[in-house]
Amino acid sequence: MKYKSQKVAYWFFALSMLLLSLQIIYGFIMAFAHMGYDVLHQITPFNTARAVHTNLLVVWLLSGFMGAAYYIIPEEAEHELVSVKLAYIQLITLAIVGVVAIVGYHFNYWEGRKFLEIPRPLDWLVVVNVLTFLGIILMTLFKGKKRTTTSLVLTMGLVFAALLYLPGMIWFDNQTMDSFFRWWVVHLWVEGVWELIMGGILAFLLIKITGVDREVIEKWLYVIVGLTFISGILGTGHHYYYIGVGKAWLIIGGIFSALEPLAFLGMALFAIAMYRKGEKKHPNKIALSWTLGTAIVSFVGAGFLGLAHTLPGVNMYTHGTLVTAMHGHLAFWGAYGMIVLAFISYSLPNLTGRKYYDTITGLLAFWLSNIGMIGMTVAFGVAGVAQVYLERKVGLEFGEVQKEIQVHFVVLAICATFFTTGIVCYIYEFVKYGTPNDEALETIKN
Amino acid sequence: MLSKSQAKVFFLGGTIVTFAIFLGLSWNSLSNEVPKRTHEENLTPQVIAGKHIWEKNNCMGCHTILGEGAYYAPELTKVYERRGEAYIKAALMSKTPWAPRGRQMVAYALSEQEANDVVAFLKWIGNVDLNGFPPKPDLKK
Repeated sequence: MKYKSQKVAYWFFALSMLLLSLQIIYGFIMAFAHMGYDVLHQITPFNTARAVHTNLLVVWLLSGFMGAAYYIIPEEAEHELVSVKLAYIQLITLAIVGVVAIVGYHFNYWEGRKFLEIPRPLDWLVVVNVLTFLGIILMTLFKGKKRTTTSLVLTMGLVFAALLYLPGMIWFDNQTMDSFFRWWVVHLWVEGVWELIMGGILAFLLIKITGVDREVIEKWLYVIVGLTFISGILGTGHHYYYIGVGKAWLIIGGIFSALEPLAFLGMALFAIAMYRKGEKKHPNKIALSWTLGTAIVSFVGAGFLGLAHTLPGVNMYTHGTLVTAMHGHLAFWGAYGMIVLAFISYSLPNLTGRKYYDTITGLLAFWLSNIGMIGMTVAFGVAGVAQVYLERKVGLEFGEVQKEIQVHFVVLAICATFFTTGIVCYIYEFVKYGTPNDEALETIKN
Repeated sequence: MLSKSQAKVFFLGGTIVTFAIFLGLSWNSLSNEVPKRTHEENLTPQVIAGKHIWEKNNCMGCHTILGEGAYYAPELTKVYERRGEAYIKAALMSKTPWAPRGRQMVAYALSEQEANDVVAFLKWIGNVDLNGFPPKPDLKK
């Protein structure tokens, strides 16, 4: 760590770890409900568990992105964060809003719109919170000595993510309009501006870990985020096939969303090529595994599995089935979960001055969580395809089909146990590192 | 070989062009297609009240509508046509968890009025033109 104010990143990562743990618990509640053991129905019915599970995901990822930005921006801009105090206030309010929302979901206090369940008054607090965050980042960049491409792409991603939150706060009487603009938030986040954030973080990690020339890495960063937007913006059309808008979206959405894997393929090839090209052998092997891992798994999960059901003829049958859950799990894990964990693995030794670069627990965390998540994806996939066939082709009742596919949720829970063990190892390492301290300043170069 | 400034132009240019096309297509859909395809003239205060109840209780947390939501309970876009008013009202007004095939629904115990609102919403959404979704089961004997 080169700047004292970077330490604030650690606490955002700590919040991420806490929320990730909770997210997993709610995932298990749902897996058991799918198996037929809906034992917590009175306290946490499925719709509560579902809203908590997805919202915790969004908040822990955002907290991770924010932490990463608070670490990256001072180093790239060569300037301390303009206000550490405000950053801590922002962290605490983020945690409070998150906790109030999640507790509220247990008492029917929500908006009931998939992924955007946070009730309106809390939405405004989120807006204030994010504006504070962006204010700190932008002021630091403004006062800093340098404005690198990496920091600009990252910042652009964060600013657009904030702007795109707003269409989700408009009230519509018409469900079709509601859905139309909900995807401006959800799709343009995860298949658009979040990829800028991911790209920015990935570029920073590759510069630090591989030692390849910044100019080369940043050139390819532009190409990748260019591909992301060219395919991803019009790719929004794949959410518009069957919601009550015209047939033009079947063609536009079909073509452009089929191009979306290119951006992720680019990201994977880019990371591998830079790794090969790099002459520097950075000692932090765990961070390297996560960095290459996120590039590769995001291509498989977000790119390839997305392509599997994005064409209109296929999506007609898979839309609104467990096939979507299959794609969703590996996509979020590969693209966003893993990039946050990659960044945490990279930054912890620098923040704390302790070099646990190559531990067995760290390695176990990587492999168990990935093997577990891939197994879960397969379980969702098999259940999803069986559901599509029995329900949409053969025409069995929904409830009958669900009984037939219950067994796949047993497999899911077993794989989820592997995944959880991996995450427990990761958090064990996180705790072992201890808290950041000033002695770590400049003790480690890069 | 591609230079960094060319890469930047590719990114900015591509983004601006595709975003402009996206805005144009969206504007066309929202102003010309949605009113007709969703029969906006039928969006009565009762339908809108039904949508409020639908959202207030996070029905999308288990069910899908327009194919969107969670995959724990049946898709409801065509439920009015499939089950009819009486069945839907019974499920919504039940004081004990509705569980036709073992899987429990939260017992919302809605009033007659509220249940009618939700039924009106579901009846309205069943008539939206969805480009053929949900598909007819073509292997059904």
